[in-house]
Amino acid sequence: MPTSTLKHTPFNAQHRAAGAKLVDFAGFEMPLRYSGDVREHLAVRQRAGLFDISHMGEFHVAGPGAVDFVDRAVTNDVAALEVGQALYSPMCRDDAGIVDDVLVYRFPDHLMMVVNASNVAKDFAWLSSRRPAGVVLEDRSDATALLAVQGPRAADVLRGHVPDAALDLGYYRFFAGPLFGVPAVISRTGYTGEDGFELYFDPAHGAVVWEGIVAAGQPVGLEPVGLGARDTLRLEMAYMLYGNDIDDTTSPLEAGLGWTVKLGKADFAGQAMLKGQKERGLARRLVGIEAEGRRVPRHGMTIERDGRAIGVVTSGTFAPSLEKAIAMAYVETAVGAVGTAVEVVAGTTRIAARVVKRPFYTRGTHR
Amino acid sequence: MGYPNDLRYTSEHEWVRQEGGLVTVGITAYATEQLGDVVFVELPEVGREIEAMKPFGVVEAVKTVSDLFAPVGGEVVEVNISLGDNPALVNHAPYGDGWMIRLKPTNPDEMKALMSSEDYERFLEEQHA
Repeated sequence: MPTSTLKHTPFNAQHRAAGAKLVDFAGFEMPLRYSGDVREHLAVRQRAGLFDISHMGEFHVAGPGAVDFVDRAVTNDVAALEVGQALYSPMCRDDAGIVDDVLVYRFPDHLMMVVNASNVAKDFAWLSSRRPAGVVLEDRSDATALLAVQGPRAADVLRGHVPDAALDLGYYRFFAGPLFGVPAVISRTGYTGEDGFELYFDPAHGAVVWEGIVAAGQPVGLEPVGLGARDTLRLEMAYMLYGNDIDDTTSPLEAGLGWTVKLGKADFAGQAMLKGQKERGLARRLVGIEAEGRRVPRHGMTIERDGRAIGVVTSGTFAPSLEKAIAMAYVETAVGAVGTAVEVVAGTTRIAARVVKRPFYTRGTHR
Repeated sequence: MGYPNDLRYTSEHEWVRQEGGLVTVGITAYATEQLGDVVFVELPEVGREIEAMKPFGVVEAVKTVSDLFAPVGGEVVEVNISLGDNPALVNHAPYGDGWMIRLKPTNPDEMKALMSSEDYERFLEEQHA
């Protein structure tokens, strides 16, 4: 797609000034990397990183019945959320395929759903088709800037620029308050395995907040981080990438997201099918794969055992924190136990690998 | 970005340097920028015969993988073993310490089919036009 037709986030000028390599991601011109994938990855694990994730979508859901509506749309327990609390959840079809994986925030008078950039139109149509009268569903994606500050020093970066109470927020808690003097939603969430914050605000204030974070982060060695390192960070934690690891044809139970599926709650989309899957057992599961050498199992490669195809790689990367090649793959449950030796078909060669526990990286600071 | 004018180039972003009867092969700065951080380079054994424009190895970066194509055919007489411990040399010094293999060309005339630095720069501009 020619660059001119791509959407820009409020931080496009900052990415260009920082020398980022820009790529098309879900129709947005996004930074793939600034200085280098490994350096950016390690900055987040050791210090702090700044991510532009404004391409993600934000829906506001309000009106009587809003909580019940979202609770029926997703598999996790939205009704149990307190005001000021967020949760991660798959949103399933009736056949248990995953429409999207989302965050749900509970505000005093509405809910906010944060959805994947590639799924904004699909999710909005899906939710609209199920929306009861009285519930107001609004796509505020274009009116919302979103930055993430992630890493063990994330709180140090924001100290003095947000209310002290924001720095005391527990994991998956949030509140509305000033960020560099700008009205914002300050959320202790992230997708890296490290402590950190996700910051929602009006795009009109993009430059103030970006420059503020860069300046405040300079003493602790904060670096801007692109989508390349965002992917290696999430994959070390075995977090899902929609479109790779999960999609309309995979169920959250197969993906190992059983902890987000509350089968005992009131009616929700996919419930009957998910109950059936749990009772019958699963033919395939998403497992962790660790390669022996430095050849990397990549998306789409076949997994073999004793010369027979038993699965397919969904995501793979070199993991900078582990200095190993890792991947996730759907593998037949019967032959995919942890410790199983497998081969990954990489063109004309075979990568020796084995099934390992998820997550791959266990030394993160998230809490 | 300037490309050294003493090298010749392929459309697959390899470079070749002729030194006496041997040629040294590596990948261009453009290639390393597209790949990102290189974490592993799989190279052929010394003594192997490789064919022009056929894959002779693999370069793995964090986010992507690419085949290496032989600019000219010949016998591999040396491989850069220091890439085993330090594959990042490919990023840091693509035309120097990040070289990959040395060949004894079967047919030195194959060099003539490769691009000059000006040709290569024009090729890259056309790719992005």
